[in-house]
Amino acid sequence: MKTYLLRHLQVFFYSLGQLARTPFASLMTIAVIGIALALPSGLYVLIDNIQGVSAGWDGSGKISLFLKQGTGDKGAQRLAKKIRGMATVAAVDYMSPDQALAEFRRLSGFGDALDALSENPLPAVLIVRPTANADNPTNLEQLLNELRQLDQVDLAQLDLAWVKRLYALLQLARRGIWILALLLGLAVVLIMGNTIRLAVLNRRDEIEVIKLVGGTNAFIRRPFLYTGLLQGLAGGLAAWGLVSTVLALLTQPINELASLYASRFSVHALDARATAVLLGAGAVLGWLGSRIAVSRHLHDIEPK
Amino acid sequence: MISFSNVTKRYPGGHEAVKNINFDLAREEMAFLTGHSGAGKSTLLKLITLIERPTRGQAIVNNKNLARLTRRQIPYFRRDVGIVFQDYKLLYDRTAFDNVALPLVVAGVPHREIARRVRAALDKVGLLHKERAYPITLSGGEQQRIGIARAVVNKPPVLLADEPTGNLDEALSDEIMDLFHAFNQVGVTVLIATHDQRQVRRLQKRVLELRQGEMVYDSGTKDI
Repeated sequence: MKTYLLRHLQVFFYSLGQLARTPFASLMTIAVIGIALALPSGLYVLIDNIQGVSAGWDGSGKISLFLKQGTGDKGAQRLAKKIRGMATVAAVDYMSPDQALAEFRRLSGFGDALDALSENPLPAVLIVRPTANADNPTNLEQLLNELRQLDQVDLAQLDLAWVKRLYALLQLARRGIWILALLLGLAVVLIMGNTIRLAVLNRRDEIEVIKLVGGTNAFIRRPFLYTGLLQGLAGGLAAWGLVSTVLALLTQPINELASLYASRFSVHALDARATAVLLGAGAVLGWLGSRIAVSRHLHDIEPK
Repeated sequence: MISFSNVTKRYPGGHEAVKNINFDLAREEMAFLTGHSGAGKSTLLKLITLIERPTRGQAIVNNKNLARLTRRQIPYFRRDVGIVFQDYKLLYDRTAFDNVALPLVVAGVPHREIARRVRAALDKVGLLHKERAYPITLSGGEQQRIGIARAVVNKPPVLLADEPTGNLDEALSDEIMDLFHAFNQVGVTVLIATHDQRQVRRLQKRVLELRQGEMVYDSGTKDI
């Protein structure tokens, strides 16, 4: 057992040495694998981040009631009180036209244009939050209709629809990434398979001699498998580096964008689990590719 | 040690390289396998080392029925048969030491043991001082001696050679053949395919002669 492990360790370092002896070819392979793995993992991070943005609203259908012009502060407060009394309503926030204007001025950057207006064009808004048990499409629809009946209400809008659409889009994107990851994973296997195939054919004479002096297929396979594993792992590392670099470059502008939307949203990089999966996937795919290639060609190379 | 009965090897296309071969080579015996080029000498050696499988007949080598050996068992079988080639079949990107060490490395012999046995084998063929040399820097005779050291390094009971002096001049050929003779004298069974009649006459060992795939002459178990 100890000699077995020692042999594996020797082959490991031998393979590492082989890679170092042909740095250009090794780096090319590693780069190709890195790019192939970076694509799906980069998209994964993107989707994961967007998911984080939408998670804040997820499942909480807010209804915005835009009140008729001239409802006035008092009328709006009275209405809010009335709506609070409804069984399916948890809370009502009131936003006066002045508050709405101030917020719009702050976020939109149209301050100068707003100054040109003689009066505030914005209506008062009531933001209605339904109770937890009313928070499903049927009940929300019912509540929405009730609120629409109210005299002072100009427009009642359910804010859930776009969240749902975004959510559905994200699901679609997620599925798409899986398919992409599968295809690119296959590409990694093929790239590795081809690299190792060339390596096997290059060492045809050596393999023949090893077979003649009693080397088993496992013995011959071992260095190739380690080469595949190491290159795959290095490819995974390269992908991690690529994704992290791109994220680092994008963090600053994204944070600026987020602050413009008054969002506390910030970009998060690949977490430990995703990193482990990325590196593991690289190593396993590299190993698999070389395993397929070696097994495929080892039988063809027999001493003559 | 090597026992063939009614062995025939037919290649795809119908050509019979060896036909109906019968012979027994006892333990610790030494014999020459002679005949013209194309007589089937190489094929016979390939059958013994399982590079080829017989079409018909039974071959027993080192107490193993070759027909019963599976693909997986072949490597282990070959560890007990040393083979020397006309073209040496050395690995040119490795030193003499690493070439000779190869059979021990594939067999998983511990590191320290490898160094000891490789040096012993190199010493026997008189090339201990060249252990760090690459084969390309060695002469033909020296390369062949490296090949022999590799064939005997794990002390196989059987040693085969296919035209081991084919590329060497007379003096070097004598040296190489004397080496085989020396191994035979310490108990290794030796079978050498050669068309070098000079060596056959010089060493006075048993002769098996092939002609067009058939064994036409066997000097018998006693030396000629």
